[in-house]
Amino acid sequence: MKLTLNIWRQKGPNHPGRMVKYEMPNVDEHMSFLEMLDVLNEDLIHKGEEPVTFEHDCREGICGCCGFMINGLPHGPQRGTTVCQLHMRQFHDGEELWIEPFRAKAFPVLKDLMVDRGSFDRIIAAGGYVSVNTGCFVDGNAIPIEKQNAEMAMDAAACIGCGACVASCPNASASLFTAAKIAHLGLLPQGQAERDRRAVRMVAQMMEESFGYCTNTGECEALCPKGVKIENIARMNRDYLKAAITYREESAPAGGS
Amino acid sequence: MSTIAVGGINRTALFYQSVIGKKVIMAVTGFILSGFVLGHMIGNLQVFAGPEKFNAYAAFLQGLGPMLWVARIALLAAVGLHIAMAVQLTLLKLDARPQAYVKKSALVSTYAARTMIWSGPIVAAFLIYHLLHLTTGHAHPDFKPGDVYANFITGFKNPAVALFYMVANILLAFHLYHGVWSMFQSLGVSHPRYTPILKRLAQLYGIVIGLGNVAMPMAVLTGILTL
Repeated sequence: MKLTLNIWRQKGPNHPGRMVKYEMPNVDEHMSFLEMLDVLNEDLIHKGEEPVTFEHDCREGICGCCGFMINGLPHGPQRGTTVCQLHMRQFHDGEELWIEPFRAKAFPVLKDLMVDRGSFDRIIAAGGYVSVNTGCFVDGNAIPIEKQNAEMAMDAAACIGCGACVASCPNASASLFTAAKIAHLGLLPQGQAERDRRAVRMVAQMMEESFGYCTNTGECEALCPKGVKIENIARMNRDYLKAAITYREESAPAGGS
Repeated sequence: MSTIAVGGINRTALFYQSVIGKKVIMAVTGFILSGFVLGHMIGNLQVFAGPEKFNAYAAFLQGLGPMLWVARIALLAAVGLHIAMAVQLTLLKLDARPQAYVKKSALVSTYAARTMIWSGPIVAAFLIYHLLHLTTGHAHPDFKPGDVYANFITGFKNPAVALFYMVANILLAFHLYHGVWSMFQSLGVSHPRYTPILKRLAQLYGIVIGLGNVAMPMAVLTGILTL
């Protein structure tokens, strides 16, 4: 099949970018989207042009590395899929595609379709963890967890941190990502010790990174390749509200007894 | 890595500064205002019961004395906070995505949800006009203090005025269509059993308010209600 691609080309973080048109006369419908771009890059290299930079790692839809906008939708038109698992049979012959990076102040473009998602790492570092005592590990079955909570925690933990939620949000909010982590850990007994601190700190970091706020439009939920639900955002709001009232930051210096 | 010191910082300030705190204020004030809008509409639908009934209702409200002012101040505070939060959050939103998409599609978000920031300010502008028109009479050419029914009829005899009322109330209906559900989500109320019901309720709420409020100027325009 024949495709026309409009791809966002940007030399670096401080360069202006623009859409560049590429004709793809021979696209195999069994290619993945990234393989199609590999073919384009092969061509560009042979012509002595700069290949299109895009991020990828596993190409199995589980690592969260890849992702850009195709016709205004993160990861393209197929639901529940990352762009590496999107196949060209989802498009039709002669189609014109618009390909550009995820856009948010907190996701600065590094080059072409590649953005810096370090802001997500900093949100996780602010509280997306549980503290574990050193020594012998605890038997996995020693801590009872209610089945429903385990299920909900697992669904929230499915988040791969790709950033599609931010990209699809009209307000460039990271609420779904942050909420997924807060819900994942907050639903489990291991996550209770830091639950208040986690909500306060992760939400504060989310703001510090200049992400927008949630207007409950539901776009993120519809576009999340892992189907993370906005119910988690309500859970984050609940946790934050409770923590804002009752939370006490530790005042004694560390190590004191 | 930034450090987040919470200890020592005023708890209210912490809450107010966060996006979630702002949305909670938005939700609580929205709850108050949407409740008022329903009561206001039900009260005013008494206009269909005739001039005596309608003027008696107006006199009853005026007779509340200090209570009326308590309600007015509370509503004014709710409106003020609701607008202040909208302005602050909109500024955050504009900052969050400085470079717009060349092409952006929406998949599930409703038209009502995406246009809250347009329906809101237009309804706010309407609210000022509405108060000057039918409460204080400054924007009403034939205002007769005390004769609420007559003011209502003569006011809506002007098609431009009636049209503005109808457009503003349709936008208000859109605002409620999304807002009445959204406030529950902002306050952390979400459950597979209740969320679909709340969404339906919000849609019904918007439609009922829209129909009820449009019916009144429409009735004057079509000659169903006359002096």
